[in-house]
Amino acid sequence: MTAVPPTPPAAPERRRLRARSGRLPWVLVLPAVAAVAFLVLPFAGLLISAPWPDMGERLRDPEVLSALWLSLATATAATVVSLLLGVPLAWLLARTEFPGRRLVRALVTVPLVIPPVVGGVALLLVLGRNGILGTHLDAWFGITVPFTTAAVVMAQVFVAMPFLVISVEGSLRGADRRYEEAAATLGASRTTVFTRVTLPMVLPGIAAGAVLCWARALGEFGATITFAGNFPGTTQTMPLAVYMAMQRDPEAAVVLSLVLLLVSLAVLVTLRERWVNA
Amino acid sequence: MPETFPRSRAAGRRPSALSLIAAATGLSLAATACGGGEADEAGRDQEGGNLSGELDVFAAASLTDVFESLAADFEDEHPDVDVVLNFAGSSELAVQINSGAPADVFAAADTATMGQVTDDLGLDPDWAGEHGEDGALFATNTLQIAVPPDNPAGIETFDDLAEEGNDVAFCADEVPCGAATTEAMEAAGTDVTPVTYEEDVRAVLTKVELGEVDAGLVYATDVVSAGDRVEGIDFPEAEEAVNDYPIGLLSGAQNPEAGQAWIEHVLGGGGAELDAAGFGTP
Repeated sequence: MTAVPPTPPAAPERRRLRARSGRLPWVLVLPAVAAVAFLVLPFAGLLISAPWPDMGERLRDPEVLSALWLSLATATAATVVSLLLGVPLAWLLARTEFPGRRLVRALVTVPLVIPPVVGGVALLLVLGRNGILGTHLDAWFGITVPFTTAAVVMAQVFVAMPFLVISVEGSLRGADRRYEEAAATLGASRTTVFTRVTLPMVLPGIAAGAVLCWARALGEFGATITFAGNFPGTTQTMPLAVYMAMQRDPEAAVVLSLVLLLVSLAVLVTLRERWVNA
Repeated sequence: MPETFPRSRAAGRRPSALSLIAAATGLSLAATACGGGEADEAGRDQEGGNLSGELDVFAAASLTDVFESLAADFEDEHPDVDVVLNFAGSSELAVQINSGAPADVFAAADTATMGQVTDDLGLDPDWAGEHGEDGALFATNTLQIAVPPDNPAGIETFDDLAEEGNDVAFCADEVPCGAATTEAMEAAGTDVTPVTYEEDVRAVLTKVELGEVDAGLVYATDVVSAGDRVEGIDFPEAEEAVNDYPIGLLSGAQNPEAGQAWIEHVLGGGGAELDAAGFGTP
């Protein structure tokens, strides 16, 4: 697009025009293209090597369907739990001062850093049958957490909630605090300010955080297999099914990965359309 | 598992958290790292069989302790060789080798998995002509029932695993120890439904060590390596599911001389170490 107006406009306007229609700066375009290639090529590898004729049959396999259903259900549950716990935590981190706030923020990001398998062992040490809390749960209520679907959700919350917290905290810090202050001077309580002003303002950040969190939960493997084990129907999510298939039949593993990929893309695209149209 | 049942349990026999975390990290690292870089110098030193360079050994997870100790001896003998060990489930290693991971030697936990490495990436044809198409057998391993130290569920026989209320961990069918478990179960004629099918035998062991299950089926060698953190119980049906461990030089070996020396080291000098670790002789 080369916009050359018949009469030269005033100097500031011309500069603006050039900024909009000038050539794209290659210092940005080249790395961006490299980034896309790096992220997309592995998918292309999956797509090319997939045994497409088997796809329909695999999709009708009851074990695959139950793993897929379990994955979608647990990832969604984990996202809901993360929203209920993570948004208030993000607000505390962004909007209040309390002793040890920096430490808390650092600790919240620990699950991002440690290998998920270690996270799973840590969960076992706390909530396992002989864990610090788990012993009491077992003795007082007869509840054992490991090897249950609840354990799958807990493992996912453990690894995925930090994504939500960081994302929401970022939007809270970026939001214009004058609206909140105005509401407060007009007599709104802190809770009202949060629900009526803050929350609507950072909704896009919360949505982005929830999507990240859901996607991370959907792909969770290490903490899940360590803390919740692997049993078809109750704790075998798609990533676990993919890993197990990889042991015997790598082609089947490719098909399962693609199924997970396509379903998660479909869900995310549908949600996005709904948000955009709403 | 949706059902929960009340249990009473002795307190104060929690294994060291650090050691378990260390074990789990080691496992995950071994599973993800597909071996280091290429062997720059392929150990072709003219001076009377002096070996050098990097030697990539892919070995079944159950060989971890023995091979680490054998590697230390080997490196003492050949100071210029850097032995890089990659431990994981045998099937996963076979997948890695088939995908072109740099490996000189493959030691699998059963002969079927050794057969999974495909022809052109499989065993070195010259070497296989001399030592056998499925590799050279160097050890056997037998299943044992592993229970936490005080055996809270009072398990004594394989049939006890099937009892209501006993939580049991098995290896997944897809990995060698799971296949052996199925064979033993068929021999026993008992149907056991575990609470989890773990991805490899060390994961089963971890669950037993932590007391998260009442029993797990692991190899005799895993019980030895766990020291006093678990107790092993022999059961006669295990004789039906003895695993033979083959080792072989791969066609893609970057450092075949060191690879052959390593295999000889394992076949010749490994006997005592293997025995101490709970392996049998083929």
